[in-house]
Amino acid sequence: MAQFKPLFSLENQNLLTAVQPVGPLHDGPALPSGDWRRSGKPFLFHLLGRIGNAQIGPIYLGGLGLASLLFGTLAFNIIGFNMLASVDWSPMQLIRQLFWLALEPPPPSFGLSIPPLAQGGWWLLTGFLLTTSLLLWFARTYRRARQLGLGTHVAWAFLAAIWLYLVCGFFRPIMMGSWSESVPFGIFPHLDWVSAISLRYGNLFYNPFHALSIVFLYGSVLLFAMHGATILAVGRYGGEREIEQIVDRGTASERAALFWRWTMGFNASMESIHRWAWWFAVLCPLVGGIGILLTGPVVDNWYLWSQKHHVVPSYPQVYPISIDPALLGARP
Amino acid sequence: MAMLSFERKYRVRGGTLIGGDLFDFWVGPFYVGFFGVTTAFFSLLGTAMILWSAAMGPTWNLWQISIAPPDLSYGLSMAPLMEGGLWQIITVCALGAFCSWALREVEICRKLGMGLHVPFAFAFAILAYATLQVIRPVLLGAWGHAFPYGIYSHLDWVSNVAYQYLHFHYNPAHMIAASLFFATVLALSMHGGLVLSSVNPKKGEVVKTPEHEDTFFRDFIGYSVGTLGIHRVGLFLALSAVWFAALCIVISGPFWTRGWPEWWGWWLNLPIWM
Repeated sequence: MAQFKPLFSLENQNLLTAVQPVGPLHDGPALPSGDWRRSGKPFLFHLLGRIGNAQIGPIYLGGLGLASLLFGTLAFNIIGFNMLASVDWSPMQLIRQLFWLALEPPPPSFGLSIPPLAQGGWWLLTGFLLTTSLLLWFARTYRRARQLGLGTHVAWAFLAAIWLYLVCGFFRPIMMGSWSESVPFGIFPHLDWVSAISLRYGNLFYNPFHALSIVFLYGSVLLFAMHGATILAVGRYGGEREIEQIVDRGTASERAALFWRWTMGFNASMESIHRWAWWFAVLCPLVGGIGILLTGPVVDNWYLWSQKHHVVPSYPQVYPISIDPALLGARP
Repeated sequence: MAMLSFERKYRVRGGTLIGGDLFDFWVGPFYVGFFGVTTAFFSLLGTAMILWSAAMGPTWNLWQISIAPPDLSYGLSMAPLMEGGLWQIITVCALGAFCSWALREVEICRKLGMGLHVPFAFAFAILAYATLQVIRPVLLGAWGHAFPYGIYSHLDWVSNVAYQYLHFHYNPAHMIAASLFFATVLALSMHGGLVLSSVNPKKGEVVKTPEHEDTFFRDFIGYSVGTLGIHRVGLFLALSAVWFAALCIVISGPFWTRGWPEWWGWWLNLPIWM
C-alpha cells in the first residue's frame, strides 16, 4: 500500500512543541554575594511549554526592582484615580469611558512652573514618578546583566526607548518653555496628541527623521519575520541554539546563511544578524526622538521645510487654483 | 566565484518546483531557478515601465517622482497608458515579481532541506500589498483608490486616506496593528540584545550559555521564553502586525465609511451602562 505523503502539513512545522521533557527545576547560575536571594518557587505551566519554556519563576526582586515597582505603581495609581475623579468616582463610567479618559498636562499659561495639583500638578508629579521608575528599571536591566557576567546590550536598547519617552515628555517641553506641550496619560488622548503635533507642524510625514524612524520600525518587523522564520526553518539542525552556532558554526547556520545568500546575494552570520536586529530596533526610537525634538524648537512646518529642500512632489492641476484666504488678509 | 568557504558542498541539484534541471544553477551568489527567470522578467519590465512613466513626468528628482493610478472615473477598467495604465502594468509586474520571489525562496528552501517558514512569512507582506493595491480598490470599485508609486507621494496618500476617516488612530484594527508593530520592535531589541550579551560578555569573562540567557530574563521579569520560543514569538508578532495592518485598511471604506472615532459608539452606548 503506497504511503500518501501530503505536500504540506500544519504539523511538524516547528510551531508547537509536542513533547516536553521535564526535569528538576533550577534557579540558574548563582548570583554573586551582595545580591538578594531569588524569590518564588519555580513551577511549570505545560501549555506555555508548547510555545516556549514551561518554567515560570523564580524572579529577582532586588532593591532597584522594588523601588522601580514602587514608583511605577504610585504613578499608575495617580493616573487611575485622576481618571476616576474625572467621571465623578463612578466605577461603571470609569470602565465605560476608560479609553477616552486622561491625566492631562497643565494648560500653556503655567509655562514650566509647578501648577496646582488639579491643573496639571498631578500630571507633573506622575511624570516625575514614572520617569524615576523607568530609570530604576534601566539600572536593574544593567545590573542583572552585570551580575551574571553578561554584556549590557539589553540595557542600552532600553535606554533608546527611554530617550524617546523623555524627548516627548521632558526635553522638548522644556525647549518649548511649557509642560503643556507634553503628552497626556490616556489611551485615545495620547493618540490625539500625535495627531495634533502633526497638524500643528505641517505634517510629520515630511519630517525626514520621522520617515527614517518608520524605516527602522517596519524594518524591525521585516527583520524579526525573516530571522524568526529562518531559525524555525533550520530547527531540525538545532538552529535555535544560537550561542553554540556562533562559537562553532554548524549546518544550521550554514544553511540559514546560504538561504539568504542565494535569495538576495548577501547574508549575515549567526552573530551579526543579532547586530542587525539590535541596531534596527534601537534606531527606531533613537531617530524618532531626534525627529520629535526638532519639531517646534527647530522646524515650524515640515511641509515647508521639505519644499525648501526640494522633496515635495507636484501633482497635476486638476481643480481650479484657490488662494489661501489667509494670504488675502481675510479676518478669521 | 562568490562562494563562502563552506558553500560548495551545498550546491546540489534538486528542490525545484518547475523546470527540473533547466534553470537549476547560480549566477554569482544568486540562485536562479525557473522563478528567478520570472522574477527577472517582471522586475525588468516593471522597472522599465517605472522609468518610462517617470520620463513622461515633470521630474527625475528621486523624492518627487510619482506614478499615479488611474482616475476614479475609470473604475476597474484598463486605463490609457499615460493616464494610469502604466501604473496598472507596474502593479501587475510587482505582484508577479513578489510571487516569483516567494516561489524562488520555496525552491531554495527545498534545496537546502529547510522548512518553508520564510516564504510563508513573505506571503503576508505580499498579501498586505495586494490588499492595498488590488483587494481594497476592487471592493471600492476603482483602481484610483490605490496608492501612487512615489517616495513622498505615497505618504501623501496615507495622510489623505487617513483623514477621510477623520482620525485614523481610532480604527481598532489599526490600534492592534500599531501595538503589534511596537511589540515586535521591543521583542527584537530584547532578543538581539540578549544573544549579543551572551557572546560579548563583560570584559575578561567567558562566552555565556543559554542557561545564563534564561536566568537573566527569569531574574528580570520572572519568565524566559527560551531560544526556540523567542523565534516563534517574534515571527508570530511580526506576521500578526502585518495581518492587522492589512485588515485595518481593508475595512476602511468597504466595511466602515464614517469617521473611526464614531465606530466606538457601540461600546459607549451599550445598554449595560444605562
